[in-house]
Amino acid sequence: MKDFSFLIGGKAGDGIKQAGHFLAQLFNELGFNIFIYEDYQSLITGGHNFSIIRASDKKISNHKQKVDFIIAFNKDAVEKHQENLKKETIIIYDSDAIQKQDLPKQYKAVAFPMSNVLKQRGLPLIVRNAVSLGILAGVLKIDFELVKKIITNSVHKKIEENIKVAEIGYKEGLEHKNGFDIEKIKNKPGKILTGNEAIALGAVKAGMKFYFAYPMTPASGILHYLAANEEKFGIKAIHPENEISVALMAEGAAFAGKRAMVGTSGGGFALMVEALSLAGQAEIPVVFVLSQRSGPATGIPTYTSQADLLFSIFAGHGEFLKIVVAPGDADEAFYLTAEAMNLSWKYQTPAIILSDKHLSESIFSAYYDENKVKIEEPKLWVKKGEYKRYLITKDGISPLAFPGDKNAIVKATSYEHDESGITSETAEDAEKMNEKRLNKKATLIKELKKKKTINVFGNKKSKNILIVWGSTKGVAVEVAENLGLKVIQPMFIEPFPVEQIKKELKGAKKIIDVEANATGQLAYILKANGIDIDEKILKYDGRPFTVEELEEKIKKIIK
Amino acid sequence: MSRELDIKTTKTWCPGCANFTIEAIFKSALMDLEKEGLDLSKVVVLSGIGCHGKISDYLNLNSFYSLHGRAIPAAEGIKLANKDLIPIVFVGDGDAYGEGVEHLIFAAKRNTNINVFVHNNRVYGLTTGQFAPTSPEKFKGKSTPKGSVEEPINPIELMLASKAAFVARGYTSKTEHLKDLMKQALHHKGFSFIDILQPCLSYFDTREFYNEKIYEMENQDVSNFNAAMEKALEWDYNNGDKIPIGVFYKQKKLTFEEKIWRLQ
Repeated sequence: MKDFSFLIGGKAGDGIKQAGHFLAQLFNELGFNIFIYEDYQSLITGGHNFSIIRASDKKISNHKQKVDFIIAFNKDAVEKHQENLKKETIIIYDSDAIQKQDLPKQYKAVAFPMSNVLKQRGLPLIVRNAVSLGILAGVLKIDFELVKKIITNSVHKKIEENIKVAEIGYKEGLEHKNGFDIEKIKNKPGKILTGNEAIALGAVKAGMKFYFAYPMTPASGILHYLAANEEKFGIKAIHPENEISVALMAEGAAFAGKRAMVGTSGGGFALMVEALSLAGQAEIPVVFVLSQRSGPATGIPTYTSQADLLFSIFAGHGEFLKIVVAPGDADEAFYLTAEAMNLSWKYQTPAIILSDKHLSESIFSAYYDENKVKIEEPKLWVKKGEYKRYLITKDGISPLAFPGDKNAIVKATSYEHDESGITSETAEDAEKMNEKRLNKKATLIKELKKKKTINVFGNKKSKNILIVWGSTKGVAVEVAENLGLKVIQPMFIEPFPVEQIKKELKGAKKIIDVEANATGQLAYILKANGIDIDEKILKYDGRPFTVEELEEKIKKIIK
Repeated sequence: MSRELDIKTTKTWCPGCANFTIEAIFKSALMDLEKEGLDLSKVVVLSGIGCHGKISDYLNLNSFYSLHGRAIPAAEGIKLANKDLIPIVFVGDGDAYGEGVEHLIFAAKRNTNINVFVHNNRVYGLTTGQFAPTSPEKFKGKSTPKGSVEEPINPIELMLASKAAFVARGYTSKTEHLKDLMKQALHHKGFSFIDILQPCLSYFDTREFYNEKIYEMENQDVSNFNAAMEKALEWDYNNGDKIPIGVFYKQKKLTFEEKIWRLQ
């Protein structure tokens, strides 16, 4: 197996992200699969940032704790990362920023005066990312032409100067012998993108015309990406006064016939919950992206968490159909967002995409097939007779018409109502309309039985079963493969695919629930559906699981 | 082709409520505009929650009966999605000046091309008589039995400060005048705002007070911001001898939607 991990560390403003992207492109060109974990704090300059870039010949959606290389722009990048070192780790460092005696002696190191090389040429320190790319490519004996290509493609200013200093670094790197042998892998390179970008692309492909959002980490990436690509996608990205307005504008747009999505994190979603309930009552299709971060309240804004699962399925006063999906990697983010958009319109009800910092902001190699996604038309009014917005039908779904139609009067309302959408407080209408709305759920459950709502990975015969959701999928699958276990990952959380899960759990000896929260929220849903968990492995420190720590914990349980 | 604007349903406003007047004036204004070529199928009535909101149920027009305070952003979404639609937003004083005041301010700031008509009776009606953002100081309501200790908001001043492009005040007993204001607002391209003073016969009967103090502005230079502000401060919803009604300010500028779509 070919699997390499690199840690790049420095302070905010050092261009750590860019350095990581350089490496990702380098290995992508060589046919590797990429995953980048980005760790940063809620500040603009200073602090300590790092990225872990992993390149593998197999599909990955998680990082490892132990790395093969550290690229250090300052002392912290080594000192704060003792846990990431293993015997073979090679440290490449800026010898103008770090003294040799400050490094642990047992490791191989490549010292290079990065800062001075740049200073002599009047280049800013951020260009250390190009220098270090050169050094690393040299150490790994990768063709310099590839380095040139990557810099040319990603740097906008002083390209020649960037290439020149990368070449100086490259020559230094070539001098160092090591056991690594990087060869091109025969593998079609994937698209390198973040989970947020995959969500945005899935929505666009499913016909989204408006994205409304108020900035909030870790969902802001969707807003930035869509705002920068409005023309390309034929959409509008709008940033209103707050999340309440965000949700209501989206519902207004949907009422007028345009597909809309909104995005936020837990705090912003809390403000949207009133509008979520309106979408349920008025039967307005809107997709809500809830990208979780460490909470409660402001929490740790730039760190991850899976603690809003129950919040999402129980959000909104009253009882109505919600669709909640939880993608585990970029490919699923693309497909499930598109699916959520189509289902939201088909069932005229809100859908929620549960993401988190680890999925939203990490970088993946994605292989989804755009052509598999189509805009599915909802049930439209056939323009015969008097239009009734909330017509009672067998499947609970009333035909849609939009204002502006000369033959229809379209009335949406937050009140309980009759079939025409006029307020009604009668017992009969209350009962009828509640049943109509819930009838849509029965129809949806029937439809979902024909769709893939859960994933099963690993050793499918194993009686030791990990059950996970969302961004914990990647690490769990890898650990399961290492230890010969089975993994079940529900992609739909609401309606919950209980039958499908029960089928896969038949004969299980030990069911282990793995989640990045403190109480085991998926376990709670499983319990409510009559499935008992044997063990829970929970992590709630804002950091995602690494392969090593999860493997160790599971070994203790199944030993 | 003209259509019946009434939906046959029981109207549950109190007998003699000024909401009947607002509804009747609005229908009459719409019929006039229809003669001028307005396509009624393009009209979307929105309302918040409060006595005013029932208007959505009573009009045979497209409608979006929103949440308390949340009619304005829904109207903005509608206008963004389909520029041919004409959102007309009926809101209450608690609705627009309390619960959803941020949306009012931002809709004015953006100059989104919607019409906002505020049923301002300066009291909470549907929740049975509490003080409102525009109630005078010392107002005794169910939540302020010893009298409100807050100064009222002056919506005209607020809207002028928020860069609203069309700012007017009407009074339900001046029916022809109010109808004319509504028509002017509907003709105006951009954010149009009318604060409609109305009595609440159940909880704050201001008829005598208004009949004595209200006068129609004449020869007001509606393009002059400072003059508008000066007039706005003549009565601050608390003190003042006279209450001017009419158009305070009117400015032509590009709308939010025009700017958003032009950027493409």
